Amino acid sequence: MSDHHNETFISKYIFSIDHKMIAKQFLITGMFMGIVGMLMSILFRLQLSNPGESFAVLEWFLGDKWAPGGILDPNMYLSLVTMHGTILVFWVLTAGLTGTFANFLIPLQIGARDMASGFINMLSYWFFFAATVVLLISLFVETGPASAGWTIYPPLSALPQAIPGSGLGQDLWLIAMTLFVVSSLLGGLNYIVTILNLRTKGMSMSRLPLTMWALLIVAILGVLSFPVLLSAALLLIFDRSFGTSFYLSDIVIGGEALHHTGGSPILFEHLFWFLGHPEVYIILLPALGIVSEIISVNSRKPIFGYKAMVVSLMAIAFLSFIVWGHHMFITGMDPFLGSVFTFTTLLIAIPSAVKVFNYLATLWKASIRFTPAMLFAIGFVSTFITGGLTGLILGDSALDINVHDTYFVVGHFHIVMGLSAIYGMFAGVYHWFPKMYGRMMNKKLGYIHFWVTFISAYGVFFPMHFLGLAGLPRRYYTNSAFPMFDGLSDINEIITFFAILGGLVQLLFVFNFFYSIFKGTKATENPWGSNTLEWTTPIERIHGNWPGEIPSVHRWAYDYSKPGAEKDFIPQTEPLKEGETEH
Amino acid sequence: MNILIILVAFLVVATLVQLLRVGELLSEVKNQDVNKVTEKDNKNQSMIMTIVGILFLASCVWQYFSWVHLMLPGATSEHGVTIDNLMAFTMILIIVVFILLHIVLFYFIYKYRKAADNDVAYYYPHNNKLELIWTIAPTIVLTVVILYGLSVWDQITNADTSKSEVIEVYGKQFDWKARYPGEDKTLGSYNYKLVQGLNALGVDMDDETSLDDKVTRELHLVVDKPVLLKFRSQDIIHSAFLPHFRVQMNCVPGMSTQFAFTPTKTTSEMKDQEGEDFEYVLLCNKICGVAHYNMQMKVVVETQEKYDAWLAEQNTLSEKLLTQK
Repeated sequence: MSDHHNETFISKYIFSIDHKMIAKQFLITGMFMGIVGMLMSILFRLQLSNPGESFAVLEWFLGDKWAPGGILDPNMYLSLVTMHGTILVFWVLTAGLTGTFANFLIPLQIGARDMASGFINMLSYWFFFAATVVLLISLFVETGPASAGWTIYPPLSALPQAIPGSGLGQDLWLIAMTLFVVSSLLGGLNYIVTILNLRTKGMSMSRLPLTMWALLIVAILGVLSFPVLLSAALLLIFDRSFGTSFYLSDIVIGGEALHHTGGSPILFEHLFWFLGHPEVYIILLPALGIVSEIISVNSRKPIFGYKAMVVSLMAIAFLSFIVWGHHMFITGMDPFLGSVFTFTTLLIAIPSAVKVFNYLATLWKASIRFTPAMLFAIGFVSTFITGGLTGLILGDSALDINVHDTYFVVGHFHIVMGLSAIYGMFAGVYHWFPKMYGRMMNKKLGYIHFWVTFISAYGVFFPMHFLGLAGLPRRYYTNSAFPMFDGLSDINEIITFFAILGGLVQLLFVFNFFYSIFKGTKATENPWGSNTLEWTTPIERIHGNWPGEIPSVHRWAYDYSKPGAEKDFIPQTEPLKEGETEH
Repeated sequence: MNILIILVAFLVVATLVQLLRVGELLSEVKNQDVNKVTEKDNKNQSMIMTIVGILFLASCVWQYFSWVHLMLPGATSEHGVTIDNLMAFTMILIIVVFILLHIVLFYFIYKYRKAADNDVAYYYPHNNKLELIWTIAPTIVLTVVILYGLSVWDQITNADTSKSEVIEVYGKQFDWKARYPGEDKTLGSYNYKLVQGLNALGVDMDDETSLDDKVTRELHLVVDKPVLLKFRSQDIIHSAFLPHFRVQMNCVPGMSTQFAFTPTKTTSEMKDQEGEDFEYVLLCNKICGVAHYNMQMKVVVETQEKYDAWLAEQNTLSEKLLTQK
């Protein structure tokens, strides 16, 4: 496999089994979906800050049917909210983030020629692609796309009588999600097998870079939790199409008493969040891994407390399986169960705090180099702190009573999971772009991108906490039905302003990305002075990664500024010197 | 119009390309790599980080003082006050930690930038003692938070409801109804198959205890008198949210949920405190369809006398359903 074999256009760019090409496919699909999802958020933000006002841009994108006279239709509002959530959570921050960096980095950082199964890896992308196509088609159906929220709680999602989006749109959503889960399982199994079995000589588990640890744990989380979502979705398909009553009971709708009895919508919530909560960490952990790597490289310092970082990743992952109930404190669950979930949820703060302290300790007495990737990594630490802390309020069942499903929640999870993960993703793209395309991304545009993003993201999501504390529920088409929310329009205008600003500056990133692929300055083999194995591969992309032997590994990935060394970094391939101890 | 937009977008992209090319060519002339991060970059970026960091923290303070008057007024229920206290405690804790950690972060970023070529970082891979300290410290703090939180939760959910007045709150797309048990103090039984016409709640009129039940469009409560709200839904999941009382509970079709509390301030007392426009409200807080944003019920807290007078005016179900047949 290591030799150059003849590749046609199709086998090289489309049905490629090379992990690097598959990673790029995931990245570009993820970026495209990211733009779609972000655009949706801007469309519904316009309605929230200026309810009932006419906007040409709404009519431009949604047409006469969904924005008659440029005014957003309330059903379409719910559809946009639903699809924005679905796209960002699954398509961008799960497939776009893990799909890109697991595929790209795993073989390169552990020293393997490719994934354990290149073919399954290719299937994983094409299932994802099919899921994407189905989801995009659902945007154009007669009754509108799914609109029951990204959590698709039945009975709302089960009954087309309840909301038009629960017609064909919801069917397509469920089919897309089923394909997505298949893609994610195929990918996940491949990542696990590859990391466990294909490590090069000397790459013991205790020498794995933290990105690898994070991606390994993420893959395990995904393999254990996605099947539960699949079963939840299948049962919902049964309820919708075949008259079963898993989630439905005692319902009168449209003047008609349905035959369903004995089911429970709460069952769906349990199944959904059994995936849904680990999913939050499936999104966050790759970013934690990427950021650990980038902070260490650009601080020119070893990541502080490598073992603690690994153990805290494991602790977070383990706990993520036993906290799903904190999404359901007010469903009428047994109060004792609520107590248990409060206890386990708040425990997550401990490994999270350890991670933050270790990042700060890494920055202490560092020699920081401000690449755009490093700026995003710093931004990550900030959002991880800000968003993590408000989790202490939401995870506390007694406090959740009053902020549940308000904008406080929206602010919290966008900061801790949305922003953190997307910052991790941006950091990763800026950092590994030279390895992906052999060219550098433009530094100055990167700086502008970071600063405008950082400022506008906080400008969008920080004020949301205040909306939540004022009692404003999420997913309201307008707040004007309640006089008690009249004073909040200023805050909503500020949020929309920053949302548009933050959205526009992402176009600069897209421009920089594609410009640099073709016209960027040529990269050197190891532009950041990094220790990990991927930087020992040649600039020219070859299937099989290394032209000759795969290098063997003699040390951990974090020997930066080690006393007694010639340079401020020692690649993992460098044997230990006489008398030198490993960290 | 559309062509104009496309044209402008094209021009913007073309301009950007040219600008970047010029930058790159200039640096080629000077024999530098335009994308190499220099000491000057480090200085500028760390300066910007410090300024943005300070402005960020300042804007958080500004937001607080500008918008604090928009927040919900203090709780007007007995358990709500304990929630507010827990909230204040947790809020102060996280604000202090938020500010401290950010100050440390921004300070380190500024202080430890690579300022010169011979700047070398301090090789410091781990310190077990330090790590132990900052594992144990949050553990201790969290133990307090958890114990305090659980005790409040326990008080709320295990409230004694033996003396509470029972009222049913019933949600359907897109309005709310309340059902009072009447003189026998017992809510009649129900069956979803009986939902029809005026009998919107599906009350079983063959059950004698149903006859004196009263269904209303407003929820009236007696000040300082414990109440147990029982929630049902006709169609999909709704969530009954009474923000002023710190009460929220899902209404789930096919099952009954409940929440016990005691309101402590009448509507007119609140009008004196918050302004003439003040009304208590029950709103839907679980996405439920196209008019979700307007699914509400007026809530009135009043003295026992006024409450009795109001209730006496309401028709019983037997008057409403049986006489009109």
